[in-house]
Amino acid sequence: MVDFEVVDLPETDHVDEGDTAPDFTRPLVNEEYWEDAALSDLAEEGPVLLVFYTMDGAFPATYIWNEIRDRSWDSDHDVTVVGLSISSPYEHKTLIEERGIDYRLFSDPANGVAEAYGIVNDLDGMAGVSEPRPAVYLLDEDRTVEYAWVASEWPDFPDYDEVEAALADL
Amino acid sequence: MSDPDITFYRLQACPFCERVTRKLAQYDLDYQSRFIEPMHSDRNVVKRISGKRTVPAIVDRNTGVTMSESGNIVEYLDRTYGTEGSDPSRTASESADGGAD
Repeated sequence: MVDFEVVDLPETDHVDEGDTAPDFTRPLVNEEYWEDAALSDLAEEGPVLLVFYTMDGAFPATYIWNEIRDRSWDSDHDVTVVGLSISSPYEHKTLIEERGIDYRLFSDPANGVAEAYGIVNDLDGMAGVSEPRPAVYLLDEDRTVEYAWVASEWPDFPDYDEVEAALADL
Repeated sequence: MSDPDITFYRLQACPFCERVTRKLAQYDLDYQSRFIEPMHSDRNVVKRISGKRTVPAIVDRNTGVTMSESGNIVEYLDRTYGTEGSDPSRTASESADGGAD
């Protein structure tokens, strides 16, 4: 993509395939309102694709959600797609509207979920701000991780075809 | 998370909504908060359930009641969950302008 070395992110001991994904409750935003929701409640209804992404407004957020929107995985697979970033519910509502996405987004400004998953990305040049590194987790009904991808470079994007293959394997 | 019987549509930092929050807490009622947009025109969800775009609004599946305006809601909560007739501070005059923001 570019003719220089992209920044590597440090090794991290993150939640991985075969692990049970930590449960959490955070405001979950749809196009009309937000309310506290637990990951375990979503998982009870079927597999969940949990997408950690950079704060709303950063270009990777736009790229990722355009791609995921266009692939509409939930129409071919029994899966609930949800996102998570540190952005506020107000920003999530704007992103949902601007990108025309049908998926709900968790809001986690204090970044506690990323901490629990071992995927914290401290942002250089934004003092006191950390967010999740880009990551994708496919969970079954028990929150067992069936597929995991965690960024090892900054920036980095999910391998969407790989995610699709994991969905097909469900 | 079990689904509480009461859904409470609210706007962050809206004093009329906080008034209802206090009352829900007073009677130790389990409720699920749904936060909506400050912009009136973006409040279709509330319009759909209550016919108005104002908050606070509650839906109480215990009684089948859907209601707007903080004065009305507080009165309703007192009547439904309070100790029978023991709250003389409630008068009709309080139900005037609860739904404004």
